[in-house]
Amino acid sequence: MRAALRRLAQRAERRLPALTRLRKPEPLPIELDRRRIYIVPSAFGMAFSVLLLVMMVGALNYANNAALLLTCLLGAACASSMLLAFRTLDGLRLRGIRAGHAIAGDPLELALDFSAPRMREAVRLDCDGETHAFAVDGVAELKLRLPTAQRGWLELPRLRVWSTWPLGLFRAWSWLHPQQSVLVWPRPEQAGPPPLLPADAPGRLRPQAGEDLAALRDYRRGDAPRHIAWKASARHHDLLVKDFDRPQPRETWLLDWHALRSLDRETRIARLARWLGEAEAQGRRYSLHLPDERIDTGSGPAHYARCMSALAVLP
Amino acid sequence: MSAAATTPLDRRSFDLAALSTAVVIALHMPHLPWWLGAPLMLILGLRWWQRRNHRAHAPAWLKLPLLALLVLAVVEQYGNLFGQEPGTTLAIGLLVMKLLETETVRDARVGMGFACFALMAALLFDQGLAATGAVALGLLPPLATLRSLEPGRRVPATLWRELLPGIALLAIALPLAMLAFLLVPRLSSPLWGSPNRSEQRSGLADSMTPSGFSQVLLDDSPALRVSFDGPPPPSGQRYFRAYVLGFYDGTSWTADRGIGGQPPASLQAAGTVRYRVSLEPTHQRVLPSLDMPLAAPADASLLRDRVIVADKPVDSLRDYSLTSATHYLLEPQPGRGQARWLQLPDGFDPRTLALGRSWRRQQGDDNAAIVRTALALFHDGGFRYTLAPAPLGRDAMDDFLFGTREGFCEHYASAFTLLMRAAGIPARVVTGYQGGYWNAMGSYLLVRNSDAHAWSEVWLAGRGWVRVDPTAAVRPQRISLGADAATPGQLPWYENGWLQSLRNRWDIVNRWWNLGVNGFDALRQRGLLKPFGISEVETSTLALLLAASCVLAMLIGLAWVWRKREPEDAALAALHRLERKLARMGVTRRTSEGPRDFLQRAARSLPAQHGRLMELMHHYLELRYAHNEPKTESLRALQRGVRDFPVSRVVK
Repeated sequence: MRAALRRLAQRAERRLPALTRLRKPEPLPIELDRRRIYIVPSAFGMAFSVLLLVMMVGALNYANNAALLLTCLLGAACASSMLLAFRTLDGLRLRGIRAGHAIAGDPLELALDFSAPRMREAVRLDCDGETHAFAVDGVAELKLRLPTAQRGWLELPRLRVWSTWPLGLFRAWSWLHPQQSVLVWPRPEQAGPPPLLPADAPGRLRPQAGEDLAALRDYRRGDAPRHIAWKASARHHDLLVKDFDRPQPRETWLLDWHALRSLDRETRIARLARWLGEAEAQGRRYSLHLPDERIDTGSGPAHYARCMSALAVLP
Repeated sequence: MSAAATTPLDRRSFDLAALSTAVVIALHMPHLPWWLGAPLMLILGLRWWQRRNHRAHAPAWLKLPLLALLVLAVVEQYGNLFGQEPGTTLAIGLLVMKLLETETVRDARVGMGFACFALMAALLFDQGLAATGAVALGLLPPLATLRSLEPGRRVPATLWRELLPGIALLAIALPLAMLAFLLVPRLSSPLWGSPNRSEQRSGLADSMTPSGFSQVLLDDSPALRVSFDGPPPPSGQRYFRAYVLGFYDGTSWTADRGIGGQPPASLQAAGTVRYRVSLEPTHQRVLPSLDMPLAAPADASLLRDRVIVADKPVDSLRDYSLTSATHYLLEPQPGRGQARWLQLPDGFDPRTLALGRSWRRQQGDDNAAIVRTALALFHDGGFRYTLAPAPLGRDAMDDFLFGTREGFCEHYASAFTLLMRAAGIPARVVTGYQGGYWNAMGSYLLVRNSDAHAWSEVWLAGRGWVRVDPTAAVRPQRISLGADAATPGQLPWYENGWLQSLRNRWDIVNRWWNLGVNGFDALRQRGLLKPFGISEVETSTLALLLAASCVLAMLIGLAWVWRKREPEDAALAALHRLERKLARMGVTRRTSEGPRDFLQRAARSLPAQHGRLMELMHHYLELRYAHNEPKTESLRALQRGVRDFPVSRVVK
């Protein structure tokens, strides 16, 4: 029954976009105003109005003016709560959306940045069958988890902002359809071979200073002045230089799209993604060559994100 | 709604729901029997404690027996389940039962809707201003509970703070509520039967048993309010007649049944007074009237003995206007059936009857002397006025006159009338109200149920029926000062002294309430538009008006919520003001100009104001760009500078 109703509503929206106000995606910021806020009584509101009707008929029948006054007061309070429900949404602004990173299949974390001139309480937002309730005290950041299925640009879905504040008798709602896409990274394969290393890779490694002090040695031209052990040098003829323990340098990985000719596109991407992940986890330096992009050697989260994003947007 | 059915209730919401229920019970306490009200409170408290400390559900094996017990208790108390009082009591019990099983948001919503209904039911029992106000305040906990059910709200620190927004909501709802109250078409006749009360309120009845009055005399609720055209009669003359009781069966006095349909007895009026009575609901038909009314008001008739009965029982506040004779001759010629006023009970009170006959022998034909003898007996015979007299036996009047010698108005009126009849003088007992409190501020007489009184009327040749109040012979203060002066120390503490006088003064508010709200019936509603030249408003007109004003109220509300409030930037506003001033002086800001360029140009073209303008520009730029949070002092300086900036028109 519920599913049938939803299908019917969807069809109606497609057929009659003007009537149902099916909104096209629109750029941020989005401010809710009276043209796009709708209000209907909730089921509880309907039941409550029946109750009010019973109370009124009873008061009229017994010619009990005090009871009638009370009923009128309660009814007027309920009617006013409709305006308050409207005011909860009116003027609410969605200023921006920050998206986190997620690989396909994992939920993507979104941070919605709301602002409002007044305090708003009990605002709710439906996203992916989940309802989030929040209050906006000037500004509010709402964190959502958006499910993802595949790599690439993901359009943000239509979000419903609604509220039954203050008494739950009326339900005011509005649709938000931000014109914004978020990037979903490709999902790395579970397991596979390590990357094939170019033959000259170790030779291109530059010696790298280690962290731990190992010994003192004679000064050679080109040593950095900050490595000179001044105290020790004062007791010697020559300058002494602190020699740091040099860890075995890790090989730099060159991850090349063209080296994986035998695989189909998505498998290649998944494998490259896994290698990127492993390289990042092992603290290696790595570069990525894609058909129309070459990302030079580097490491660190920013480099990793750049590589993954490049993979994600591959056609 | 499916979410509401499963979302568990948080602690604050449950506390509020329990508070709402407690308030409902408390507001109903005045008419609930204590053995029902106290256990309901106890069950509520236990349930609250149990959910708070154990977070457990109330067991099902407890709920069913409790429900059965509740139904049994109601049937035991009221005899059935239907009707106003049993129905209300049952509803309150069910509300407590509902709280026992309240675990989810939906349960709480159902419970609170029910609580609102139960609150309204409290007004079926008392419609005074205080009661209505208390019930209106009683709406706050249910409203707060409904608010607390909304997720994502800011939770106030204390329970009491939860109630405050409800006050604001009710306050903004008040204008619309008043409008609806004025315009909702009243029913001219009820849709279904009037409430059948199982328990009559203590009040005057059409029979009188000596010592049966004492309940009434302790009931200090208002009975009627009377406003006079002209000065009120002196306090000793304020006798409001309600029932004329002519038949005595040895234990109680009852009205004669045989006089229905007879025309009112003849009356020769000397002085008349016009007045207006506002009678509290008595659920009886009689309309008390001062002395001898000349004619009955509409929907009522004048009986033979000049008491007024309404066509329908007075179930709601009733207003009527009367003209009464305060000096009169009632039935100066003996009417038909004069013998019934000499009726004596068979086989009762032999000593009393013997005393009356002996007076006749002593005084001969002088009826007035017999009356004086009787009053002298009460005055000098060691009689005492008390609201708690000793019980009387089978020959009640004998016991009273020759034994206990203590009692209140009923005893004296009853004994006096019996003595008169024994002496051969036609006599009867009259009950009604005597005295009352004159509220000078409101210019009306407040008569309470405790002002109920009984006296006698005797028929004397040439003078007709004459009022004789034997109580006055015993305790003159009862007549001149009122019921509470007559019985110091016998009334409840709140009916004594300054508190009572305070309550008497306060009653003016109740009067306004009764006049304005409770008395606003179908008739007055029809005359609502009289000031606008429409003498009679039809129901359809009312409905139309109601709809129109609801739409109007909604429009006002919408205008309120729709009005755009631009975030007011004080610095920008000041700059705009300066721009307008400069424009009047001939320097208009161009679209392409920033504030700095514009003000510099203005300073160049208005050399006289150069210094001022540069200063203002610096203020503005500092406000805009120097600090994250603009300083209020510089803002003030800017605003002041702009305000004081002189506009002098340049001659071109």
